[in-house]
Amino acid sequence: MVFTEESLLVLRDVRKSFQTPDGEVLPILDIPEFTVQAGEQVVIVGESGCGKTTLLHVIAGIGRPDEGQVRIDGWDITLLSESESDRFRAENIGYVFQTFNLLPAFTALENVLLGMTFGRGRPDAARARQLVERVGLGHRMHHRPRQMSVGEQQRVSVARALANRPKLILADEPTANIDTGNQQIILDLLREGCREENVALILVTHSPEVAAQFPRLVPLAEINLILSRKT
Amino acid sequence: MNLWKIAWRSIQHRAVSSALTAFSMALGVALVVAVLVIYQILDRSFKRSSQGYDLIVGPARGGPLELVLSTVYYLQNPRGTIPYEVYEELHSGRYAGEVEAAIPIAIGGFYAGFPVVSTVPELFQTFRYFGDRPYEFERGQNFSANQIWHAVIGATVARRTGLDVGDKFKVTHTTSGQGTHEHTEEFEITGVLKPTGTPFDRVLFSNLRGFWEMHQHEHAVESADTGSAPADATTAGEEHPQEHSVQHPAEHSAEPSESEDAHSVTAVLVKRDWTNSARALELPRRIGQESPELQAVVPSEEVAKMFEGLLGDIQTVLLIFAVMIVITAGIGLMVSIYNSMAERQLEIAIMRALGAKRSTVMLVVLLESILLSLGGGALGVLLGHSLIGAFSGTIFEQTGIRVSALSAQPVELILIPGLIALASIVGYMPALIAYRTDVAKALAHGG
Ligand SMILES: Nc1ncnc2c1ncn2[C@@H]1O[C@H](COP(=O)(O)OP(=O)(O)OP(=O)(O)O)[C@@H](O)[C@H]1O
Ligand SMILES: [Mg+2]
Repeated sequence: MVFTEESLLVLRDVRKSFQTPDGEVLPILDIPEFTVQAGEQVVIVGESGCGKTTLLHVIAGIGRPDEGQVRIDGWDITLLSESESDRFRAENIGYVFQTFNLLPAFTALENVLLGMTFGRGRPDAARARQLVERVGLGHRMHHRPRQMSVGEQQRVSVARALANRPKLILADEPTANIDTGNQQIILDLLREGCREENVALILVTHSPEVAAQFPRLVPLAEINLILSRKT
Repeated sequence: MNLWKIAWRSIQHRAVSSALTAFSMALGVALVVAVLVIYQILDRSFKRSSQGYDLIVGPARGGPLELVLSTVYYLQNPRGTIPYEVYEELHSGRYAGEVEAAIPIAIGGFYAGFPVVSTVPELFQTFRYFGDRPYEFERGQNFSANQIWHAVIGATVARRTGLDVGDKFKVTHTTSGQGTHEHTEEFEITGVLKPTGTPFDRVLFSNLRGFWEMHQHEHAVESADTGSAPADATTAGEEHPQEHSVQHPAEHSAEPSESEDAHSVTAVLVKRDWTNSARALELPRRIGQESPELQAVVPSEEVAKMFEGLLGDIQTVLLIFAVMIVITAGIGLMVSIYNSMAERQLEIAIMRALGAKRSTVMLVVLLESILLSLGGGALGVLLGHSLIGAFSGTIFEQTGIRVSALSAQPVELILIPGLIALASIVGYMPALIAYRTDVAKALAHGG
């Protein structure tokens, strides 16, 4: 492999635009360079609609950039086929959304197991159980999402994001819908979990209190030329 | 967690609509099973030699099927008579080596619409119906050979007419075009047979000697009444100039021809002796060759031929109907899964975000369709067989065929690949929706 010495995540000259229904081209991202080291914890801030979610999708391989490189652990995922990129995501990236993270038909434990289902290895039931216990839901192992509070659901999704031992976790406003007490618990679980397993974390938030806790804070406007041009 | 389990969880999550869909599939499949088993029952009830004989020897006039329809099922009048000597040849003469048992019968006349069959009392001791069951009497007993005006009746006759042991009846003839004619002689009933599920249930059995006596008397009366049916006599004569009974009036075709040698019958029921199976097999052909005025017919063969021509089509039609119901259930399945796809966009997007491929989420929907079909199908097979089990008593009473809830047909195995194919076809459209789900868009709408 050629890129072994470089950062875990390297974005280079990434451009992404959307087409409005009227056919107008709407540029969202133009990022000359953005890197994240292995195990690093980064918080990204920016006003609503500035392209934070779009950036996470590009990193996860859910939305392809129009041009540029997205290298994770040396692999440029923009060169992978769609199913290769799905596989890559299953094995290397954990994702935590703002709400409705869990599949309603599955129990807490099964939702965590789902995080291990689509990768290469066999689902590790013992690890899944351990993770559910680690987020403090050992007594809720077999509960369905609708039997749990939003905060508890979000703790399960933290466990699920860690399940497959990813290299990188993307968290898109994971505490936005949670009361302040639980916000901190979830944030701590996420950050401690990443630290213990040496997983890099990119977290998007609107909350200054959350942002202030991170060693590295990146306003999207700093790395995204579209936004610096606008201002 | 494997994909089957993911599909199963999804079914559980929509328990009510899944159950309804599976149930409609179950009804369709139960119908298919029922049709298959009903066909099996019809097939067996027609084809086997139900009453204990495997060969009918009768007049060559008319086809073999006619002989069977008139002798076994009483569906038409016999087309002529044969001399009693034929019976003697079979019973103790040149064919006796191949014959285990022979019983003469003369079909002629009715009582209350039920056929009167004249025979010898040994009939009920000699033959077993449905392979191994003896003819038994519900009430009274068999008639004896020397009580020539005695008779026994089948179970259905007794139930419908109210006749019972000790009652008497007169035999009626339907004469061609001239209404009915009633004999003056009366037969007294000595016994009522237990139900057998064979055509014997619908028969009054009278003593053959009484029958002869009755027609000897009749013949004398008719001889005085000259030229009663010249036209019929001519046609009969033209058809079979070699036959003894040319001058015998057609409307009394089932009756003896000459007063002094009035001992004729309409057929002899034969149970072949299979110790020399080659000779037993050869017997019908031998009889036909040696006596051209006779034919020997294996009833099961004739009925099988008729059955194939007639019921083969019926089964096809019934099966087409049943399969159409299964297909309708399949379409219901498609609608049910299709309707659920809108609310599942986010679930699919989450699975994709967890690394599931397009083809994987598509497969999950297909597996869901297959599970519902097979589950419904299994329920349907169970339902169909329980129905058969529940009715096995009735079926046994009516037809003598033993079916149990477990009497499955190998054809039923076709249901497994059939249902999988159907499920894949109807599951394809919703699965395609899963395949095409735009993850980013679905996540945006959900979050
Ligand atoms: N599929 C799409 N088609 C067209 N425009 C889109 C599409 N997805 C996003 N956009 C637009 O791109 C811009 C960036 O969206 P994005 O969701 O990345 O913003 P965000 O920074 O995550 O906002 P928020 O903080 O509100 O979540 C928005 O103006 C949005 O309307
Ligand atoms: Mg966003």
